[in-house]
Amino acid sequence: MTDLNKLGLAEARDALRKGDITSVELTQACLIAIDGAEALNAYVHKTPEIALDRAKAADARLNAGDAPAMCGLPIGIKDLFCTKGVDSQAASNILKGFKPAYESTVTQNLSDAGAVMLGKLNMDEFAMGSSNESSAYGAAVNPWKREGDDTPLTPGGSSGGSAAAVAADLCLAATGTDTGGSIRQPAAFTGTVGIKPTYGRCSRWGVVSYASSLDQAGPMTKSVRDAAIMLEAMAGHDAKDSTSADLAVPNFEALLTGDIRGKKIGIPREYRVDGMPDSVERLWNEGAEMLKTAGAEIVDISLPHTKYALPAYYVIAPAEASSNLARYDGVRYGQRSALEAGDGITEMYEKSRAAGFGPEVQRRIMVGTYVLSAGFYDAYYNRARKVRTLIKKDFEDAFASGIDVILAPATPSAAFGLGEKASADPVEMYLMDIFTVTLNLAGLPGVALPVGTNSQGLPMGLQMIGKPWQEGDLLNAAYALEQSVGFVAKPQKWW
Amino acid sequence: MSIDQNTAAKVAKLARIKVEDDALPALASEFNNILGFIEQLNEVDVEGVEPMTSVTPQRLKRRVDEVTDGSQQDKVLANAPDAREGFFAVPKVVE
Repeated sequence: MTDLNKLGLAEARDALRKGDITSVELTQACLIAIDGAEALNAYVHKTPEIALDRAKAADARLNAGDAPAMCGLPIGIKDLFCTKGVDSQAASNILKGFKPAYESTVTQNLSDAGAVMLGKLNMDEFAMGSSNESSAYGAAVNPWKREGDDTPLTPGGSSGGSAAAVAADLCLAATGTDTGGSIRQPAAFTGTVGIKPTYGRCSRWGVVSYASSLDQAGPMTKSVRDAAIMLEAMAGHDAKDSTSADLAVPNFEALLTGDIRGKKIGIPREYRVDGMPDSVERLWNEGAEMLKTAGAEIVDISLPHTKYALPAYYVIAPAEASSNLARYDGVRYGQRSALEAGDGITEMYEKSRAAGFGPEVQRRIMVGTYVLSAGFYDAYYNRARKVRTLIKKDFEDAFASGIDVILAPATPSAAFGLGEKASADPVEMYLMDIFTVTLNLAGLPGVALPVGTNSQGLPMGLQMIGKPWQEGDLLNAAYALEQSVGFVAKPQKWW
Repeated sequence: MSIDQNTAAKVAKLARIKVEDDALPALASEFNNILGFIEQLNEVDVEGVEPMTSVTPQRLKRRVDEVTDGSQQDKVLANAPDAREGFFAVPKVVE
């Protein structure tokens, strides 16, 4: 078998169990692909020795007939996850050289399930960004290009390295995290599948915090089935994260029947925003038609506070970030700036943080500091939390009216060029998350999957939104859409 | 609400991020753009609405109050920029 790195999780799992291939062969195919893809800047810390050790152990377990769910399957890990003894710097200079003495719960769960770690993947610094351009490693590059145009494109963000690596077959799947759209937007930009589970489904322990009430980890994969397999392996209650849910994790893959007859699919009218390209509107209509043909009922719904999700997010997320990132003080880990004679501890903090954090991270910390400061706490932070309550209620009302799943665009456009929005007002970049951020505020699960290509040949994704803890139903609806779409396009190799 | 350079300097100080004086006008202008965007929230009627404290209704779990971890001084100090004699070292704090 050739090009083993091009397999998805399900296919590779089945081939491993039949004995057609070994995990070492599979892992080596990925490592070769990784070494040949420097131009994508997807992997920022490679771990080939760990990968081959785990692959050998996996092959032994497969031979012994003792193979757990992801035994021998090579995956990439977003740099936001702490991995024991392996650089974990959240794409920030302030954590340069940081090698955790512990493993995040999600990566431990994956390791326990037999998965093989290939290395750490690029991202926006501290997961703050929508284009991967705020990374201390430089931006990851989208393997897709516009037809007849050599402009390098963003893979999206913040999980841009994960998306690029999955799309370019530099792994079978990857972990991502999603605070405002950081799994779903890059998935949509790269023709891959990404699910942000219900808040609390995956443990946040050992995942570098951005905005703790919004952050969730999830899988980024080549198919909906693969997302189901990997989510089950990642999820579960963890005593070390008090917000992780003490609920049984279903066998998500077993719920993929593709039967959505009688399901009610909501189409939220507020997501039809001004200036939305025709291609997005067309894709959305096509998606709804396909679900209808599959037997679902399409219902127009209203989520009246949608417009206020982004401004609420840009109060709540920076507020939490300003608190979470206070820990980077140049004392316990990371970088400390050189001090001048007479500098005290305050200068040490100020210089280390100015040198260690990039501009977007500094901006968000300071906005958060401002909205939490005396006199503004009620006007900004409390008001945003009240709006958040209303946004969640919009969804509760829709689900209470009988809606099973909501269908919406994932992004307002296809992937844009690196640097195209660099000089812009930061707010313009924030608008990239307009369709994704509502779910984080409401704690709901959402999946992005490829549904077509635009006139320039770039992949376009739709997003499906589910009820809390109903990732199984959600993935099944996504599976039905995936079957109808039959998306098979892959980027032409140029790297 | 408009942010001037003095407010920008105060926020930078509170956040413990060194911002040079010549960078303050640009910073203040960025804050104003972002806050202008956030001002939209004033259009929403939030009368009688409770601010969200937890997105999923749950009671935080309790656990037995006992020591479950510790004796890892080496690991705790392993990533410190300056660790000496089993402690984190910092510039002089007390005169």
